[in-house]
Amino acid sequence: MQVPRFWREIPRYYRLEAAACVQCDAIHFPPRKICPSCGANAFETVRLSGRGALTTFTIIRTPPSGFTDQAPYAVGIVELDEGVRLMAQITDCDVDTLKTGDRMIAKFRRIREEGRTGVIMYGYKFVPDVGV
Amino acid sequence: MVGIVGYGTQIPRYRIRVEDIASVWGADAPSYKRGLNLNEKSVPGPDEDTATLSVNAARNALLRAGIDPQLIGAVYVGSESHPYAVKPTGTIVSEALGACPRVHTADLEFACKAGTEGLFIALHEVQSGVITHALAIGADTSQGAPGDALEYSAAAGAAAFIVGSEDLIAELLTTDVYMTDTADFWRREHTPYPEHGGRFTGVPAYFRHVTGAAKAIMDRAEMAPEDFDYCIFHQPNGKFPVQVARKLGFTEEQWAPGLLSPTLGNTYSGSSPMGLAATLDVANPGAHILLVSYGSGAGSDAFIFRTTERLSDVRDRAPHTRTQLDEYRVHIPYGTYAKFRRKILKAE
Repeated sequence: MQVPRFWREIPRYYRLEAAACVQCDAIHFPPRKICPSCGANAFETVRLSGRGALTTFTIIRTPPSGFTDQAPYAVGIVELDEGVRLMAQITDCDVDTLKTGDRMIAKFRRIREEGRTGVIMYGYKFVPDVGV
Repeated sequence: MVGIVGYGTQIPRYRIRVEDIASVWGADAPSYKRGLNLNEKSVPGPDEDTATLSVNAARNALLRAGIDPQLIGAVYVGSESHPYAVKPTGTIVSEALGACPRVHTADLEFACKAGTEGLFIALHEVQSGVITHALAIGADTSQGAPGDALEYSAAAGAAAFIVGSEDLIAELLTTDVYMTDTADFWRREHTPYPEHGGRFTGVPAYFRHVTGAAKAIMDRAEMAPEDFDYCIFHQPNGKFPVQVARKLGFTEEQWAPGLLSPTLGNTYSGSSPMGLAATLDVANPGAHILLVSYGSGAGSDAFIFRTTERLSDVRDRAPHTRTQLDEYRVHIPYGTYAKFRRKILKAE
């Protein structure tokens, strides 16, 4: 990913900023220009809690370049307590005991880097929410 | 009055035992365990670094402080393992917390005392009245050369403190310093691992500066070891902080709550700050706490805090440090550790 493209995503990747429709309160992540629920075009920026439950996941055993040090790892969809669903890597977990319904919490992690000399891209991943 | 309004820590999930390092190098694990009072150390995951540990620790500090991140007027990140040689860690942290753009940021370096440097600056900056809140972080993912004595202790972790002048959980009573030019540990530009002066790191370095700072601040405050409920000294291993505490006249009851290194290792800039966090997790209101850091090169920063009634209201808003240390851990073998720490040469 190019630096400018990543930089534009910082509010989403770093702070889980979403758009809450001022007319119908629906929350959209990533933010939308037009509310798919009611058609309104005015939103407030809200920060998602980062807490939710694992809806579904898959285990990556043959990773793409840049992720080989982490294999096997899980990628899943987490439904946050606000009702928003987002896909992310599930880290700090035992992939063999992971199950749908597990409580998750978003943590700030390195997502990828452009080689050993390039920019480091940060963002959210989920870890099992075990109170630490 | 100025002091701490919120604090938080983050420790990686992974640990490696002293035995598993010693067996690779043919070293005698029991002598390391006995000699350095070290059993295991934390290891950062492949997607963790000083920036990620700092952000996750600071989020815990924000949970306890309960303030709008936009109130934070300064962010200081002390570390000897900043992810970039050129590009601040503080910008990443400030942006992730939502403190940008009107926030003064600096990355600090002073071996293991870069964390308390940030705390020192933050406390005095808020005291000056220029800003209302500041964030000081000590974080590291430190590296020891494979097979070197440092490899048994070089660990990862972060502690974050939000400083303010209202709603304090610990008031600052005073600070002091003790600093000289003493080359006991260093790393030159473009070299991956630090070098050190072996036994020279002890008496003329760690013990001289920690003792000097501790005595100076107790003289300034007209306090003696028995006037304190808790003490925290920099923890390069499990042995030095206990030795220096005993030498100064403190007792195990005072240092035990903050002594994390036997199962955490040395988190460098995070070391004594994480000890302070673990102490705040258990301290009663009105407790007097002595904190003395140490950074090779060499110097010590000293602080005396007195906890307030508010501490017990906020401490359970975020995970306790001892819980992170004792309950969130998975032991990994040396091979996995070497992979996570990028010690293995492989094709790009």
